[in-house]
Amino acid sequence: MENKDALINYCLRVGDSSLVLGQRLAEWCSNGPILEEDIALTNISLDLFGQSRMLYSYIAELKGNGETEDSVAFGRNERAFYNTLLSERPNGHFGDTIVRGLLVDAFNFHFYTKLKESKDSTLAAFAEKSLKEVTYHLRHSSEWIIRLGDGTEESKNKVQKSLNELWGYSDDLFEMNDDDLNLVSEGVAIDLSSIKPLWQETINTVLSRAKLTLPENVFMHKGSRNAVHSEYLGHLLCEMQYLQKAYPDAKW
Amino acid sequence: MTTEENIWKLLEEVPDPEIPVISIVDLGVVRSVTVSNDEVVVEITSTYSGCPATDVFIADIKSKLRENKFEKVEVKMKFSPAWTTDWLTENARVKLREYGIAPPEDEPDKSVLFAKQVVVPCPRCSSKNTKLISQFGSTACKSLYQCNDCHEPFDYFKCLK
Ligand SMILES: [Zn+2]
Repeated sequence: MENKDALINYCLRVGDSSLVLGQRLAEWCSNGPILEEDIALTNISLDLFGQSRMLYSYIAELKGNGETEDSVAFGRNERAFYNTLLSERPNGHFGDTIVRGLLVDAFNFHFYTKLKESKDSTLAAFAEKSLKEVTYHLRHSSEWIIRLGDGTEESKNKVQKSLNELWGYSDDLFEMNDDDLNLVSEGVAIDLSSIKPLWQETINTVLSRAKLTLPENVFMHKGSRNAVHSEYLGHLLCEMQYLQKAYPDAKW
Repeated sequence: MTTEENIWKLLEEVPDPEIPVISIVDLGVVRSVTVSNDEVVVEITSTYSGCPATDVFIADIKSKLRENKFEKVEVKMKFSPAWTTDWLTENARVKLREYGIAPPEDEPDKSVLFAKQVVVPCPRCSSKNTKLISQFGSTACKSLYQCNDCHEPFDYFKCLK
Protein backbone atom coordinates (compact mmCIF):
# COMPACT_ATOMS: atom_id res chain seq x y z
CA MET A 1 0.00 0.00 0.00
CA GLU A 2 2.78 2.41 0.90
CA ASN A 3 4.44 1.53 -2.35
CA LYS A 4 1.32 2.23 -4.32
CA ASP A 5 1.07 5.70 -2.78
CA ALA A 6 4.70 6.36 -3.65
CA LEU A 7 4.11 5.28 -7.24
CA ILE A 8 1.02 7.47 -7.51
CA ASN A 9 2.96 10.41 -6.16
CA TYR A 10 5.79 9.76 -8.60
CA CYS A 11 3.32 9.73 -11.51
CA LEU A 12 1.90 13.02 -10.24
CA ARG A 13 5.38 14.57 -10.30
CA VAL A 14 5.85 13.65 -13.94
CA GLY A 15 2.26 14.10 -15.12
CA ASP A 16 1.73 17.44 -13.37
CA SER A 17 4.93 18.86 -14.87
CA SER A 18 3.62 17.96 -18.34
CA LEU A 19 0.12 19.25 -17.70
CA VAL A 20 1.20 22.59 -16.24
CA LEU A 21 3.78 23.30 -18.95
CA GLY A 22 1.20 22.23 -21.55
CA GLN A 23 -1.25 24.75 -20.09
CA ARG A 24 1.41 27.47 -20.16
CA LEU A 25 2.27 26.77 -23.79
CA ALA A 26 -1.41 26.77 -24.72
CA GLU A 27 -1.45 30.44 -23.66
CA TRP A 28 0.60 31.10 -26.80
CA CYS A 29 -2.33 29.99 -28.95
CA SER A 30 -3.06 32.92 -31.31
CA ASN A 31 -0.28 34.95 -29.62
CA GLY A 32 2.79 33.43 -31.27
CA PRO A 33 5.38 35.77 -32.80
CA ILE A 34 4.81 34.15 -36.21
CA LEU A 35 2.16 31.71 -37.40
CA GLU A 36 4.59 28.77 -37.59
CA GLU A 37 5.66 29.27 -33.98
CA ASP A 38 2.08 29.64 -32.84
CA ILE A 39 1.49 26.20 -34.32
CA ALA A 40 4.75 24.75 -33.00
CA LEU A 41 4.21 25.84 -29.39
CA THR A 42 0.63 24.62 -29.33
CA ASN A 43 1.66 21.31 -30.93
CA ILE A 44 4.18 20.84 -28.13
CA SER A 45 1.45 21.76 -25.66
CA LEU A 46 -0.78 19.06 -27.13
CA ASP A 47 1.96 16.42 -26.79
CA LEU A 48 2.39 17.39 -23.14
CA PHE A 49 -1.35 17.15 -22.47
CA GLY A 50 -1.36 13.70 -24.05
CA GLN A 51 1.54 12.61 -21.86
CA SER A 52 -0.16 13.81 -18.69
CA ARG A 53 -3.37 12.02 -19.69
CA MET A 54 -1.54 8.70 -19.94
CA LEU A 55 -0.21 9.11 -16.41
CA TYR A 56 -3.49 10.38 -14.97
CA SER A 57 -5.33 7.37 -16.39
CA TYR A 58 -2.70 5.16 -14.79
CA ILE A 59 -3.15 6.96 -11.47
CA ALA A 60 -6.92 6.51 -11.69
CA GLU A 61 -6.41 2.82 -12.37
CA LEU A 62 -3.97 2.46 -9.45
CA LYS A 63 -6.37 4.23 -7.11
CA GLY A 64 -9.31 2.17 -8.32
CA ASN A 65 -11.73 4.31 -6.34
CA GLY A 66 -13.76 5.78 -9.20
CA GLU A 67 -11.35 8.62 -9.91
CA THR A 68 -10.80 9.44 -13.58
CA GLU A 69 -8.07 11.23 -15.50
CA ASP A 70 -10.28 14.33 -15.37
CA SER A 71 -10.80 14.24 -11.63
CA VAL A 72 -7.05 13.89 -11.17
CA ALA A 73 -6.40 16.92 -13.39
CA PHE A 74 -9.22 19.16 -12.23
CA GLY A 75 -9.92 18.04 -8.68
CA ARG A 76 -6.78 19.17 -6.89
CA ASN A 77 -5.46 22.47 -5.55
CA GLU A 78 -1.91 23.78 -5.75
CA ARG A 79 -0.61 22.08 -2.60
CA ALA A 80 -1.53 18.75 -4.17
CA PHE A 81 0.31 19.51 -7.43
CA TYR A 82 3.86 18.22 -7.81
CA ASN A 83 4.95 19.90 -11.04
CA THR A 84 8.40 21.48 -11.27
CA LEU A 85 8.82 25.21 -10.65
CA LEU A 86 10.05 25.77 -14.21
CA SER A 87 6.84 24.40 -15.70
CA GLU A 88 4.74 27.03 -13.92
CA ARG A 89 6.98 30.02 -14.79
CA PRO A 90 5.06 32.57 -16.83
CA ASN A 91 5.71 32.57 -20.59
CA GLY A 92 7.29 36.05 -20.61
CA HIS A 93 8.51 36.91 -24.09
CA PHE A 94 9.32 34.33 -26.77
CA GLY A 95 12.96 34.08 -25.60
CA ASP A 96 11.86 33.30 -22.03
CA THR A 97 9.58 30.54 -23.32
CA ILE A 98 12.36 29.06 -25.46
CA VAL A 99 14.92 29.06 -22.62
CA ARG A 100 12.41 27.41 -20.27
CA GLY A 101 11.72 24.95 -23.08
CA LEU A 102 15.38 24.09 -23.54
CA LEU A 103 15.95 23.41 -19.83
CA VAL A 104 12.84 21.22 -19.59
CA ASP A 105 13.15 19.48 -22.98
CA ALA A 106 16.77 18.47 -22.33
CA PHE A 107 15.71 17.14 -18.92
CA ASN A 108 12.76 15.20 -20.40
CA PHE A 109 14.94 13.77 -23.14
CA HIS A 110 17.46 12.24 -20.72
CA PHE A 111 14.77 11.34 -18.18
CA TYR A 112 12.62 9.37 -20.64
CA THR A 113 15.69 7.73 -22.15
CA LYS A 114 16.29 6.18 -18.71
CA LEU A 115 12.67 5.68 -17.71
CA LYS A 116 12.23 3.41 -20.76
CA GLU A 117 14.10 0.82 -18.66
CA SER A 118 11.75 1.13 -15.66
CA LYS A 119 10.59 -2.15 -14.14
CA ASP A 120 7.08 -0.70 -14.07
CA SER A 121 5.86 -1.69 -17.54
CA THR A 122 3.31 1.14 -17.79
CA LEU A 123 5.95 3.76 -16.98
CA ALA A 124 8.36 2.14 -19.44
CA ALA A 125 5.75 2.20 -22.25
CA PHE A 126 4.83 5.77 -21.38
CA ALA A 127 8.50 6.78 -21.54
CA GLU A 128 9.07 5.03 -24.86
CA LYS A 129 6.22 6.99 -26.44
CA SER A 130 7.05 10.31 -24.79
CA LEU A 131 10.72 10.12 -25.75
CA LYS A 132 9.85 10.23 -29.45
CA GLU A 133 7.86 13.40 -28.88
CA VAL A 134 10.28 15.24 -26.60
CA THR A 135 13.09 14.61 -29.08
CA TYR A 136 11.23 16.93 -31.46
CA HIS A 137 10.66 19.42 -28.65
CA LEU A 138 14.38 19.50 -27.83
CA ARG A 139 15.29 20.07 -31.47
CA HIS A 140 12.83 22.92 -31.62
CA SER A 141 14.05 24.72 -28.50
CA SER A 142 17.77 24.20 -29.16
CA GLU A 143 17.56 25.47 -32.72
CA TRP A 144 15.74 28.58 -31.56
CA ILE A 145 18.24 29.26 -28.76
CA ILE A 146 20.99 29.29 -31.36
CA ARG A 147 19.06 31.58 -33.67
CA LEU A 148 18.37 33.99 -30.82
CA GLY A 149 21.71 33.76 -28.99
CA ASP A 150 23.78 34.00 -32.16
CA GLY A 151 21.36 36.44 -33.78
CA THR A 152 21.15 40.21 -33.34
CA GLU A 153 22.54 42.14 -30.40
CA GLU A 154 19.03 42.64 -29.07
CA SER A 155 18.00 38.98 -29.34
CA LYS A 156 21.28 37.92 -27.72
CA ASN A 157 20.84 40.31 -24.78
CA LYS A 158 17.25 39.32 -24.27
CA VAL A 159 17.82 35.59 -24.33
CA GLN A 160 20.92 35.85 -22.10
CA LYS A 161 18.75 37.71 -19.59
CA SER A 162 16.12 34.95 -19.80
CA LEU A 163 18.79 32.37 -19.10
CA ASN A 164 20.15 34.34 -16.12
CA GLU A 165 16.70 34.47 -14.60
CA LEU A 166 15.47 30.94 -15.33
CA TRP A 167 18.69 29.17 -14.42
CA GLY A 168 17.78 29.59 -10.74
CA TYR A 169 14.93 27.11 -11.18
CA SER A 170 16.99 24.39 -12.82
CA ASP A 171 18.14 22.50 -9.71
CA ASP A 172 14.48 22.03 -8.78
CA LEU A 173 14.10 19.68 -11.78
CA PHE A 174 16.38 17.18 -10.06
CA GLU A 175 14.78 17.12 -6.60
CA MET A 176 13.82 13.72 -5.18
CA ASN A 177 12.11 12.73 -1.94
CA ASP A 178 12.55 9.59 0.19
CA ASP A 179 9.74 7.75 -1.61
CA ASP A 180 11.41 8.45 -4.94
CA LEU A 181 14.65 6.97 -3.61
CA ASN A 182 12.80 3.82 -2.55
CA LEU A 183 11.30 3.54 -6.03
CA VAL A 184 14.79 4.05 -7.48
CA SER A 185 16.11 1.11 -5.47
CA GLU A 186 13.27 -1.02 -6.84
CA GLY A 187 14.17 -0.08 -10.41
CA VAL A 188 10.88 1.77 -10.93
CA ALA A 189 11.99 5.40 -10.68
CA ILE A 190 15.09 7.12 -12.05
CA ASP A 191 17.96 8.43 -9.96
CA LEU A 192 17.93 12.02 -11.19
CA SER A 193 21.49 12.64 -10.02
CA SER A 194 22.57 10.15 -12.69
CA ILE A 195 21.03 12.18 -15.51
CA LYS A 196 22.20 15.58 -14.32
CA PRO A 197 25.66 15.36 -15.96
CA LEU A 198 24.05 14.27 -19.26
CA TRP A 199 21.59 17.13 -19.06
CA GLN A 200 24.39 19.58 -18.25
CA GLU A 201 26.35 18.38 -21.25
CA THR A 202 23.40 18.91 -23.60
CA ILE A 203 22.81 22.39 -22.20
CA ASN A 204 26.51 23.29 -22.53
CA THR A 205 26.63 22.07 -26.13
CA VAL A 206 23.63 24.16 -27.13
CA LEU A 207 24.70 27.26 -25.20
CA SER A 208 28.18 27.27 -26.64
CA ARG A 209 26.75 27.11 -30.17
CA ALA A 210 24.41 29.92 -29.20
CA LYS A 211 27.32 31.94 -27.78
CA LEU A 212 25.55 32.29 -24.45
CA THR A 213 27.09 31.84 -21.01
CA LEU A 214 25.72 30.29 -17.86
CA PRO A 215 25.28 32.72 -14.97
CA GLU A 216 27.34 32.09 -11.85
CA ASN A 217 26.44 32.05 -8.15
CA VAL A 218 22.72 31.93 -8.79
CA PHE A 219 20.33 31.34 -5.90
CA MET A 220 18.54 28.04 -6.55
CA HIS A 221 14.78 27.95 -5.88
CA LYS A 222 13.42 24.56 -4.85
CA GLY A 223 10.47 22.98 -3.11
CA SER A 224 8.14 21.72 -5.81
CA ARG A 225 8.87 18.06 -5.03
CA ASN A 226 7.04 18.75 -1.76
CA ALA A 227 4.29 20.67 -3.55
CA VAL A 228 5.60 24.07 -2.46
CA HIS A 229 5.07 26.40 -5.40
CA SER A 230 5.50 29.96 -6.57
CA GLU A 231 2.49 32.28 -6.63
CA TYR A 232 2.02 31.58 -10.35
CA LEU A 233 0.62 28.07 -10.03
CA GLY A 234 -2.59 29.09 -8.25
CA HIS A 235 -3.48 31.57 -10.97
CA LEU A 236 -2.80 29.00 -13.67
CA LEU A 237 -4.98 26.38 -11.97
CA CYS A 238 -7.81 28.87 -11.43
CA GLU A 239 -8.04 29.38 -15.15
CA MET A 240 -7.49 25.74 -16.09
CA GLN A 241 -9.97 24.33 -13.58
CA TYR A 242 -12.58 27.07 -13.83
CA LEU A 243 -15.18 25.10 -15.74
CA GLN A 244 -14.97 21.99 -13.58
CA LYS A 245 -15.21 24.10 -10.43
CA ALA A 246 -18.11 26.20 -11.64
CA TYR A 247 -19.99 23.20 -13.05
CA PRO A 248 -18.80 20.07 -11.21
CA ASP A 249 -18.94 16.92 -13.32
CA ALA A 250 -19.95 18.90 -16.41
CA LYS A 251 -20.02 16.70 -19.50
CA TRP A 252 -19.71 17.63 -23.18
CA MET B 1 -13.71 -15.43 -44.00
CA THR B 2 -13.41 -15.61 -40.21
CA THR B 3 -15.20 -13.07 -38.07
CA GLU B 4 -11.87 -11.40 -37.30
CA GLU B 5 -11.03 -11.03 -40.98
CA ASN B 6 -14.47 -9.62 -41.57
CA ILE B 7 -13.90 -7.02 -38.84
CA TRP B 8 -10.50 -6.04 -40.27
CA LYS B 9 -12.26 -5.46 -43.62
CA LEU B 10 -14.84 -3.24 -41.95
CA LEU B 11 -12.13 -1.26 -40.14
CA GLU B 12 -10.49 -0.58 -43.51
CA GLU B 13 -13.60 1.48 -44.24
CA VAL B 14 -13.07 3.72 -41.21
CA PRO B 15 -11.20 6.84 -42.38
CA ASP B 16 -8.59 8.75 -40.42
CA PRO B 17 -10.61 11.82 -39.34
CA GLU B 18 -7.75 14.19 -40.15
CA ILE B 19 -6.53 12.60 -43.40
CA PRO B 20 -9.72 10.96 -44.72
CA VAL B 21 -8.03 9.40 -47.78
CA ILE B 22 -6.38 6.77 -45.59
CA SER B 23 -8.06 4.32 -43.25
CA ILE B 24 -7.15 3.70 -39.64
CA VAL B 25 -5.81 0.30 -40.76
CA ASP B 26 -3.53 1.99 -43.34
CA LEU B 27 -2.39 4.36 -40.61
CA GLY B 28 -1.28 1.41 -38.50
CA VAL B 29 -3.20 2.35 -35.37
CA VAL B 30 -5.31 -0.84 -35.23
CA ARG B 31 -3.09 -3.36 -33.45
CA SER B 32 -5.34 -6.38 -32.94
CA VAL B 33 -8.88 -7.68 -33.27
CA THR B 34 -10.15 -10.53 -31.14
CA VAL B 35 -13.60 -12.06 -30.94
CA SER B 36 -14.75 -14.34 -28.17
CA ASN B 37 -18.37 -15.43 -27.93
CA ASP B 38 -20.05 -12.40 -29.44
CA GLU B 39 -17.72 -9.85 -27.86
CA VAL B 40 -15.28 -7.87 -30.01
CA VAL B 41 -12.12 -6.33 -28.60
CA VAL B 42 -10.17 -3.94 -30.83
CA GLU B 43 -6.78 -2.78 -29.62
CA ILE B 44 -5.58 0.55 -30.96
CA THR B 45 -2.62 2.81 -30.31
CA SER B 46 -2.40 6.58 -30.73
CA THR B 47 -0.01 8.20 -33.20
CA TYR B 48 1.04 11.05 -30.89
CA SER B 49 -0.06 10.95 -27.27
CA GLY B 50 -2.01 14.20 -27.52
CA CYS B 51 -3.57 13.39 -30.87
CA PRO B 52 -7.18 14.63 -30.69
CA ALA B 53 -8.16 12.13 -33.39
CA THR B 54 -7.84 9.23 -30.93
CA ASP B 55 -11.25 9.79 -29.35
CA VAL B 56 -12.77 10.00 -32.82
CA PHE B 57 -11.13 6.68 -33.81
CA ILE B 58 -12.77 5.01 -30.84
CA ALA B 59 -16.22 6.39 -31.57
CA ASP B 60 -15.97 5.62 -35.30
CA ILE B 61 -14.82 2.02 -34.72
CA LYS B 62 -17.72 1.41 -32.37
CA SER B 63 -20.34 2.86 -34.67
CA LYS B 64 -18.95 1.07 -37.73
CA LEU B 65 -19.09 -2.29 -35.98
CA ARG B 66 -22.51 -1.64 -34.47
CA GLU B 67 -23.88 -0.82 -37.92
CA ASN B 68 -22.71 -4.28 -38.87
CA LYS B 69 -24.47 -6.00 -36.01
CA PHE B 70 -21.58 -6.32 -33.61
CA GLU B 71 -23.31 -5.21 -30.44
CA LYS B 72 -20.61 -5.74 -27.83
CA VAL B 73 -17.52 -3.78 -28.86
CA GLU B 74 -14.69 -2.76 -26.62
CA VAL B 75 -11.85 -0.51 -27.85
CA LYS B 76 -8.70 -0.72 -25.75
CA MET B 77 -5.71 1.61 -25.84
CA LYS B 78 -2.34 -0.05 -26.20
CA PHE B 79 0.75 2.04 -25.47
CA SER B 80 3.54 -0.41 -26.10
CA PRO B 81 5.17 -0.85 -28.55
CA ALA B 82 4.79 2.82 -29.42
CA TRP B 83 3.38 3.73 -32.83
CA THR B 84 5.91 4.30 -35.58
CA THR B 85 5.57 5.52 -39.15
CA ASP B 86 6.96 2.10 -40.20
CA TRP B 87 3.42 0.85 -39.60
CA LEU B 88 1.97 2.97 -42.40
CA THR B 89 1.04 0.60 -45.22
CA GLU B 90 2.40 1.00 -48.75
CA ASN B 91 -1.16 1.84 -49.76
CA ALA B 92 -1.14 4.71 -47.24
CA ARG B 93 2.09 6.13 -48.65
CA VAL B 94 0.67 6.19 -52.18
CA LYS B 95 -2.58 7.76 -51.07
CA LEU B 96 -0.84 10.40 -48.96
CA ARG B 97 1.27 11.50 -51.92
CA GLU B 98 -1.79 11.69 -54.19
CA TYR B 99 -3.51 13.79 -51.54
CA GLY B 100 -0.60 16.27 -51.49
CA ILE B 101 1.11 15.11 -48.28
CA ALA B 102 4.69 13.87 -48.57
CA PRO B 103 4.97 10.45 -46.89
CA PRO B 104 7.67 9.84 -44.25
CA GLU B 105 11.25 9.50 -45.53
CA ASP B 106 13.84 7.45 -43.75
CA GLU B 107 15.90 9.94 -41.78
CA PRO B 108 19.50 8.69 -41.85
CA ASP B 109 20.88 11.34 -39.47
CA LYS B 110 19.71 10.14 -36.05
CA SER B 111 21.44 12.84 -33.99
CA VAL B 112 19.05 14.52 -31.61
CA LEU B 113 20.72 17.89 -31.82
CA PHE B 114 21.58 19.60 -35.08
CA ALA B 115 20.54 16.66 -37.27
CA LYS B 116 20.90 17.17 -41.03
CA GLN B 117 17.53 17.84 -42.59
CA VAL B 118 16.17 14.96 -44.61
CA VAL B 119 15.38 15.54 -48.31
CA VAL B 120 11.61 15.47 -48.78
CA PRO B 121 10.47 15.34 -52.43
CA CYS B 122 7.60 17.65 -53.35
CA PRO B 123 4.37 15.63 -53.65
CA ARG B 124 3.21 17.85 -56.54
CA CYS B 125 6.21 18.09 -58.91
CA SER B 126 8.58 15.51 -57.33
CA SER B 127 11.39 18.06 -57.07
CA LYS B 128 13.93 17.32 -54.34
CA ASN B 129 14.69 21.01 -54.04
CA THR B 130 12.48 21.68 -51.00
CA LYS B 131 12.93 23.41 -47.65
CA LEU B 132 11.61 22.94 -44.12
CA ILE B 133 9.38 25.83 -43.02
CA SER B 134 8.42 24.49 -39.61
CA GLN B 135 8.94 21.21 -37.74
CA PHE B 136 5.35 21.46 -36.58
CA GLY B 137 2.51 21.53 -39.05
CA SER B 138 -1.27 21.41 -39.18
CA THR B 139 -1.40 18.30 -36.95
CA ALA B 140 1.04 16.67 -34.51
CA CYS B 141 2.20 14.14 -37.09
CA LYS B 142 3.19 16.63 -39.79
CA SER B 143 5.81 19.28 -40.56
CA LEU B 144 5.53 22.11 -43.04
CA TYR B 145 7.71 22.24 -46.16
CA GLN B 146 7.86 24.34 -49.27
CA CYS B 147 8.99 23.39 -52.77
CA ASN B 148 11.68 25.73 -54.17
CA ASP B 149 10.74 24.82 -57.75
CA CYS B 150 6.94 24.92 -57.97
CA HIS B 151 6.76 27.06 -54.79
CA GLU B 152 3.84 25.10 -53.33
CA PRO B 153 3.88 24.73 -49.56
CA PHE B 154 3.07 21.18 -48.47
CA ASP B 155 2.68 18.96 -45.42
CA TYR B 156 5.24 16.27 -44.66
CA PHE B 157 4.12 13.27 -42.61
CA LYS B 158 7.17 13.23 -40.38
CA CYS B 159 9.11 10.10 -39.66
CA LEU B 160 8.61 8.76 -36.14
CA LYS B 161 10.64 5.77 -35.01
ZN1 LIG C 1 7.08 21.19 -56.27
